[in-house]
Amino acid sequence: MIELINIVLLGLLVITALAAIRLHDLFAVTIMFGIYSLLAAAVFVVLDAVDVAFTEAAVGVGISTILMLATIGLVGRQEKPPSHRPLLPLVVVIVTGAALVYGTFDMPPFAAPDAPVQQHVAPRYLEQSPHEIGIPNVVTAVLASYRGYDTLGELTVIFTAGVGVLVLLGFRRRRSHMADSPEEES
Amino acid sequence: MEVLALYNYWVVIFLMMTGFYVVIASGNLVKKIIGINLFQASVFILYISMGKVSGGAAPILRETIQTYSNPLPHVLILTAIVVGVATTALGLALVVRIKEAYGTAEEDDIHRQDESL
Repeated sequence: MIELINIVLLGLLVITALAAIRLHDLFAVTIMFGIYSLLAAAVFVVLDAVDVAFTEAAVGVGISTILMLATIGLVGRQEKPPSHRPLLPLVVVIVTGAALVYGTFDMPPFAAPDAPVQQHVAPRYLEQSPHEIGIPNVVTAVLASYRGYDTLGELTVIFTAGVGVLVLLGFRRRRSHMADSPEEES
Repeated sequence: MEVLALYNYWVVIFLMMTGFYVVIASGNLVKKIIGINLFQASVFILYISMGKVSGGAAPILRETIQTYSNPLPHVLILTAIVVGVATTALGLALVVRIKEAYGTAEEDDIHRQDESL
């Protein structure tokens, strides 16, 4: 049953992604991206990643979509139809995809309990974190404690991006405002 | 079941390539950023797929459950989602700036104004 839900959701993801390629109205493309993120969040629930699911639902569906809509409001919602035929991009994409599919043949089967990724530190986190950290949610324990520096680095990235956005959009407004004010006085 | 063993990975690769196609084939800068986000969301699905253990439960410890899915990919992807939205915001801010400087967000028109094509 879980496998069936998984397959149906992944099929819907494919349809949404293809619709995003076909559409040229950027508002519709953004809404397709929102649907895509929501479906991805549903896939995460099916694959037992509940923390990731609600982060994706809040950040991917909510904040990203709002940021894109705000940008479309400033930039305009109609995309110009492509001036050249998309033959070269199609070839590049198919060759890259074929190389990646070739790579998957060496991967362990989906959901195999003895896959290498399940052998390294994950069992230790599951066995020791209730004694060492003392909270039942292992994802929170790893995020905030075992990989705390990772989360600190993440905060640095967000801070840098925030400063970058302010430099690009915020300071310029103030400068143009200051340039306007002497004219108003005279 | 043999056919389904790698099904998740193949669908994820297809989704990645749709995102990649939007990035390189579309001329509109906002649509390119949406393409990057599509690519990124499919990479998240790839990681979470690798962490799934058959018969496992979500990694929230309870006395009655013995098998859990791998929590480590979940942690990595939680970080990646938040970093992803930060980079998206920066990219969109650049697009707004380009629109104000050039009057357009279409790649071809920008190249024409710069006479770089």
